[in-house]
Amino acid sequence: MKVSSLGYVVRDGFRNVWRNKVMSVASISTVAISLFLLGVVWLFISNVNHMVTKVESELEINAYIDKTYTRDQGEELMQQISRLPGIALVSYVTKEEALLILNGRFGPEANLAETVGEYNPLPDLIKIKASRPELVPDLAKKLENTIGIETVRYGQGTVERLLQTADWVERAGFVGLIGISVAAIFLISTSIRLTVYSRREEITIMRLVGATNWYIRWPFLVEGIFIGLFGSFMACAILYFGYMQLAKYLTVNLTFIPLLTDREVLLTMGGNILAYGSGLGLIGSFLSVFRYLRV
Amino acid sequence: MIQFFNVSKIYAGEVKVTALEDVNLTIEKGEFIFLVGPSGAGKSTLTKLIIREEIATNGQVMVDGKSLARMKQREIPYYRRNIGFVFQDFRLLMTRTVYENVAFAAESVEMTRTQIRQRVPMVLEMMGLDQKRNAFPHQLSGGQQQRLGIARAMVNNPTMIIADEPTGNLDPETSSEIMQIFQAINRRGTTVMIATHDKAMVDKLRQRVIQLRGGFVVRDQKNGGYAE
Repeated sequence: MKVSSLGYVVRDGFRNVWRNKVMSVASISTVAISLFLLGVVWLFISNVNHMVTKVESELEINAYIDKTYTRDQGEELMQQISRLPGIALVSYVTKEEALLILNGRFGPEANLAETVGEYNPLPDLIKIKASRPELVPDLAKKLENTIGIETVRYGQGTVERLLQTADWVERAGFVGLIGISVAAIFLISTSIRLTVYSRREEITIMRLVGATNWYIRWPFLVEGIFIGLFGSFMACAILYFGYMQLAKYLTVNLTFIPLLTDREVLLTMGGNILAYGSGLGLIGSFLSVFRYLRV
Repeated sequence: MIQFFNVSKIYAGEVKVTALEDVNLTIEKGEFIFLVGPSGAGKSTLTKLIIREEIATNGQVMVDGKSLARMKQREIPYYRRNIGFVFQDFRLLMTRTVYENVAFAAESVEMTRTQIRQRVPMVLEMMGLDQKRNAFPHQLSGGQQQRLGIARAMVNNPTMIIADEPTGNLDPETSSEIMQIFQAINRRGTTVMIATHDKAMVDKLRQRVIQLRGGFVVRDQKNGGYAE
């Protein structure tokens, strides 16, 4: 095909989509749904990974001090702990400070100090940061055996649970994505088959006047690509606005969830969705063109 | 020049149908030929072999010394650009204007926009349709529709025109007008081959007549009439 014919081919491809409005809309919607699903899974997994990295880097050990200990004894204990190998940072949190921090988590309206009154049930604690995240479990064990430490807490299992969830979502999403992609390909191919049927007169004339096979085929392939692209644009738009609303909601209401809002990450996802959508369109149209278009 | 050497065409199926048998013909450049014979005599098959829509079961069809059977698949479209085809039922695109119908054929063979802007008005004028360029086919008379069909076949400037019953749907007066157009095209050096049942026309024009019956060429006569 000549480059100068590109304009005719693109125009005819677009015309095909327009002429078969009902089928085109059905195919575009299916592509949009399938790519929306892809986007949701993608965003979820990216966010979990992001969260895992963040949690891992912030992993710290809370060692709660025996309530019978005085503050001096507690501080001495901290000095003792700071000398252990693999410790990066230690800090002492008094039970009054702990109450204030807790209060902060409940929001500005809460007033825990008033609720608990004279009696503060929280113990003093020592916050310990390991020099490397993987040292945390061993350090925690050592601390548990230290006299004067009542309990030791760190993000046991949090990371594992997060990764497990991500893995599960990835698998379920993958299966769903394959199913719905097949449906999208089928619909696109049916849509193009209908266009081939409705343009059979034109195809006969084109063949007889000497149009090349590829000149005849290209508009149908372009039609498939258009359907895929429109569908992915729709999916991208819904994902973008939906995600931005969610991000807005989370930054206000659930501040401790660190949502991914990197422009670059989101743009990469958009680009991939567009590529995947046009790929689906191309496969769908290829199937029809080579099955139903006799040139 | 088109040559048929001992050409047979058998359509294989549940029942084998012999459409053409042992046909030997030579068609020179610039000839005017009527192809006559009853329905099912093999006229359509003969034209299909020329445009390489079908391949001979036995024998050879040669065009300018080259075998059509050995022509590569991708060469066929370029070969067909030398032949304009005119249908009995016109086969016009009803949703497109007169101009667009002709431009469509020109685009199909990948003419540039500039070439199309020159060539399409020229053939429309040649067919007396320049005043109708924005009309739709259903707004045209039968004769005008067939002239549009011929304009479309001519847009590539082919060396040969093949017409299958071009006057089959037209009244005698209009048929005569269409035949005059074919004669004019032929006078410019284009080979014209018309498959027809129009006895009056064949008898009137006295051109070369190839008569088929049951797949055989039963008559090939210069300046012939419809019947022997």
